Amino acid sequence: MAGSLPLVPTQAKPQRSTTRNESSWVKWSLIGLAALVLIWMIVLPLIVVLTESLKKGWEVYVAAIVDPDALSALRLTLLVAVITVPLNTIFGVAAAWAITKFKFKGKQLLITLIDLPFAVSPVIGGLIYVLVYGEHGWFGPWLSDQDIQIIFALPGIVLATLFITFPFVARELIPLMEEQGQHEEEAAVTLGAKGWTVFWRITLPNIKWGLLYGVILCNARAMGEFGAVSVVSGHVRGETNTLPLHVEILYNEYQFSASFAVASLLLILALVTLILKGWFTRKSVH
Amino acid sequence: MKKSLKMGMVLSLVLALTVVTAACGKKDEAASTSTNDKKDVELLNVSYDPTRELYQNYNKAFAAYWLKEKGQKVTIKQSHGGSGKQSRAVIDGQKADVVTLALGYDIDAIQEKGLIDKDWQKKFDKNSAPYTSTIVFLVRKGNPKQIKDWDDLIKGDTQVITPNPKTSGGARWNYLAAWGYALSKNNNDQAKAQEFVKQLYKHVPVLDTGARGSTTTFVERGIGDVLIAWENEALLSVKELGPDKVDIVYPSESILAEPPVAVVDKNVDKKGTREVAEAYLKYLYSEEGQTIAAENFYRPTLESVKTKFKDSFKDLKLFTIDEFGGWQKAQKEHFSDGGIFDQIYVPSK
Repeated sequence: MAGSLPLVPTQAKPQRSTTRNESSWVKWSLIGLAALVLIWMIVLPLIVVLTESLKKGWEVYVAAIVDPDALSALRLTLLVAVITVPLNTIFGVAAAWAITKFKFKGKQLLITLIDLPFAVSPVIGGLIYVLVYGEHGWFGPWLSDQDIQIIFALPGIVLATLFITFPFVARELIPLMEEQGQHEEEAAVTLGAKGWTVFWRITLPNIKWGLLYGVILCNARAMGEFGAVSVVSGHVRGETNTLPLHVEILYNEYQFSASFAVASLLLILALVTLILKGWFTRKSVH
Repeated sequence: MKKSLKMGMVLSLVLALTVVTAACGKKDEAASTSTNDKKDVELLNVSYDPTRELYQNYNKAFAAYWLKEKGQKVTIKQSHGGSGKQSRAVIDGQKADVVTLALGYDIDAIQEKGLIDKDWQKKFDKNSAPYTSTIVFLVRKGNPKQIKDWDDLIKGDTQVITPNPKTSGGARWNYLAAWGYALSKNNNDQAKAQEFVKQLYKHVPVLDTGARGSTTTFVERGIGDVLIAWENEALLSVKELGPDKVDIVYPSESILAEPPVAVVDKNVDKKGTREVAEAYLKYLYSEEGQTIAAENFYRPTLESVKTKFKDSFKDLKLFTIDEFGGWQKAQKEHFSDGGIFDQIYVPSK
């Protein structure tokens, strides 16, 4: 249907106005369709989360959130994000730098490896760590002798989250840096600048918006990850439960309002992230 | 230049904020543990799915008892999930002090890896099963499909909800309850029992991994006509969801489910928590422990509590796992790879 539309204005006499009419029809129906999908898929569930969480009143809502187990889940979620996001930021910048500024063997392999976490199911992201660091995994017996607990403890959760959020920054930067080329850096070097000076003065200012965007996406995923974390967490309340896992636990305990209240907390974290993202994107345009 | 300076400021602000929040949290934690560091002790109880409410209450009671008795503060952490999955986690290195699982086989599996001593089942009374339960049916209000006994489950287009016996302990009890019923009805004819169970699983549209998952499937998602469930799980859902939504149906015969408990010897010896871990499980047999179990719909084993809660638990004909030659044999025959369950279960559609 839409494909045949552009033909119409060329035949019609009052060319300009028809063009506008027809295309505005297309425009509005497309916008309407998108809005409908958005309402159906995103806005409605959001409303459900909020209404369900407040169904039993503010008191239940607040009680669910200040519950020690919920607070500890929130703390763990933030802690995991604080550890994983900077690490992945450093890794992402380094990888993007290496891939776009140098020529070397195995470059394609590196790019593929960076993409791997996007391609495999998060459950596998968790299981591989159980197989490597679990009691009967490769390093299990040795770790057990040293009394180091990785799986079913914070390190395991951090590892799984690192794995899952690993591509976000690099993936954001690689196309950007490729597009920018390296003329400015070359110019700086000719003028006598050293490696780190080039990075801080030229490269970083050039990529900062893309970098921030990647960091924000990485952060959002780090706080929201369920599958991989679920495999390695051990689900100990007040200890190795992250917010997404806590939501599931509450739901399974018939505490529907409480579970939606905690879900709304996650939602607020996500909204803050998105608002920051929007703000940065606007700033970067100006 | 100016712009990047501002940028840097924003970035560092965001970072600083997050670090501060996390640090605050950390500090709280450190403060609370350091004040009575020497005395406090922590236990991790790795349990199966439907015991959440039971242990929530029991842990409080035990902590109070232990504080009074020994003057030591004990915090008990809980982890819940399908019994088989939980057993797997302990094998993979979850540092449980005690396991309270759905059936003996799952503890045997941990024992086989050397984490638990061989004679664990003799360490506590009643084969280390402080409370028991049985398998019943949960149907929609008014019982529209007129389900009265096991035979009604395989009639017409009745949809049956039960979890996956490979991952869920409750599901294995469900399966064996059906099998045992068919055996006694057909004069111990194994072939006929197998045919009955095969028919039964043809009526199962979805296998969840744990008992609680199946309950939510049945109750919240509204799938199925009947849920085969732990008696405690069925009574709990009636309490939680109100008696106007579901009814409990007791079949003519069912299995006596004995969920056992054990101390994970290797872990408690390493952590030095043996004394409190053993006391924790032992207290389950006390008057108070038994009362909490009964209040959470588990059948008590202590006579005095039994008589007190006589009206809460219906009397019905119960057979035990011995009918199947014990858990080792039942597991091997029915639930191992290529076992009878694998042979008869064909996912529907």
